[in-house]
Amino acid sequence: MSETEMSPMQRVFTTLGHKEPDRVPLFLLLTTHGAKETGLSIKNYFSKAENVVEGQLRMREKYNHDCLLGFFYAAAEIQAWKGEVIFKEDGPPNSGEPFIKSLKQIKKLKPPVIAESPVLQEVLKTIRMLNEKSAGTVPVLGVVVSPFSVPVMQVGFETYLEMIYNEPQFFNLLMEVNEAFCAEWANAQLEAGATAICYFDPVSSPTIIPREIYRQTGHRVAKKTISRINGPTATHMASGRALPIIDDLAETGTGAVGISADENLRDVKQACRNKLAVIGNLNGLEMIHWNREDAKEAVINALTSAAPGGGFIISDNHGEIPYQVPDEVLLTIADTVHSFGTYPLDRLVKDDE
Amino acid sequence: MPEVIGNFRNALLASDKDAAIDILDKYLLKHTPLDFVEAIAVKALDEIGTGWEKGEYALSQVYMSGRICEEMIDRVLPDQSGQRIDKPKMAIALLNDYHSLGKKTVYSVLRAGGFQLIDYGRMETEDLINRVLEDRLELILISALMLSSALQVKEVVRKLNHGSEKVKIVVGGAPFRLDRQLWQAVGADAVGYTASDALKIVSSLQGGKTNE
Repeated sequence: MSETEMSPMQRVFTTLGHKEPDRVPLFLLLTTHGAKETGLSIKNYFSKAENVVEGQLRMREKYNHDCLLGFFYAAAEIQAWKGEVIFKEDGPPNSGEPFIKSLKQIKKLKPPVIAESPVLQEVLKTIRMLNEKSAGTVPVLGVVVSPFSVPVMQVGFETYLEMIYNEPQFFNLLMEVNEAFCAEWANAQLEAGATAICYFDPVSSPTIIPREIYRQTGHRVAKKTISRINGPTATHMASGRALPIIDDLAETGTGAVGISADENLRDVKQACRNKLAVIGNLNGLEMIHWNREDAKEAVINALTSAAPGGGFIISDNHGEIPYQVPDEVLLTIADTVHSFGTYPLDRLVKDDE
Repeated sequence: MPEVIGNFRNALLASDKDAAIDILDKYLLKHTPLDFVEAIAVKALDEIGTGWEKGEYALSQVYMSGRICEEMIDRVLPDQSGQRIDKPKMAIALLNDYHSLGKKTVYSVLRAGGFQLIDYGRMETEDLINRVLEDRLELILISALMLSSALQVKEVVRKLNHGSEKVKIVVGGAPFRLDRQLWQAVGADAVGYTASDALKIVSSLQGGKTNE
């Protein structure tokens, strides 16, 4: 590290403070790629913390990006609730049939005990080990699925939407249980050594629910839950739009927002200025068929739109890069950020000057 | 007429079933149920679908609108009415994963558009191929949320297009919306980005041709 080169931790916290670090931080949010990297099946890879730690460390070395991810897969929380999880050979494990079959079950619903959940314990062990290995120089990210978004896997999307519109009593009961679990799970990850918590909340996006309903539901839930989380949070819309609710998101106490590839990055950055840092918004699905030129162009466009002034972490739009994305594309993304994302941003075309 | 469409659209967007039924009942005093489907319901649903694609409306509004409309049209145009559109012979399925919102929304919108179709529910790849062949479908609509499920469409296309009878395959779901080349990469005949796109695609296929 040269005298002026920051550690990933310094780099990330400088940009979160809306200042320019030495270069734009890069989060390659890679999960299942770790299985490829270690030569294991996805199921086997996620069966032990040691595998995930090895995968995360190898990928950080390979791409020289700015975080380590303690996250396994979203459905791990459903596993903890004793729901079904289906493993695939070429993608993240997916939640199976919703485990809440009737709304009446919600009245008796008890949250999982973290200490008794093998998969959550492996996640905590992973975070502890990643924290030790990185010795405080690289942010270790923990993840929770928000209390407002996890019902998509608990009761199914259609039932959940109808519950939001027509069954406020059951909705409120479910949120109470989910909020308690979410805060406890986030705090357990922070205690294990996570630097920050990514609060995945796609259902709050205006892509999924109108803002007026969000204000009465997901926004209220996020404010309550985030206030109970004892560390920094970033809210991720997992491919959903964020621009129409930027001010609402800032009110929840979150520090950053992960946005959609459908949004104009420059507009979002402008709306977020000095309120929220922006994470995004390279299209993870399109990355599958990108060539090197495509990758380079996408990175340069994103940097040009959002890097000036700091407050920006370049990443994908979904919070998880698909298994099918080739290493060559990831290497090109990383190389381009390293070459063009150094502050001051002399190498970028100043197209608006 | 545009006023009726606008009022009906607004009632659906607000999830105001009573207002929507009121508009239908008044319309039926002078017109037939099929007139309502074609002149009002399909157009309102199309405006809502297009609005979602532009970021003006939310997915929950698309879903709730489809459900309300489906229920209303089922009441005035029951299956046994003989007025439902039964060409092309088609079904809809959720491939491999358990996220059925998209499939249910498209099913509701097509039913609200007066079409007859079979809901296969969730199916694994091989079961879907066998069922489509058994039922001698002309068209299968496939919904997928996970990328790995979307990629399985390639296998469905390969097996279904093996014989002389070609089954039209229409896909939809988040992976196809976010990656606009994916439907062609998996060999589908058409893609729908909103539930109301399904209405246009299916209507265009009534004559045996795609609109792609």
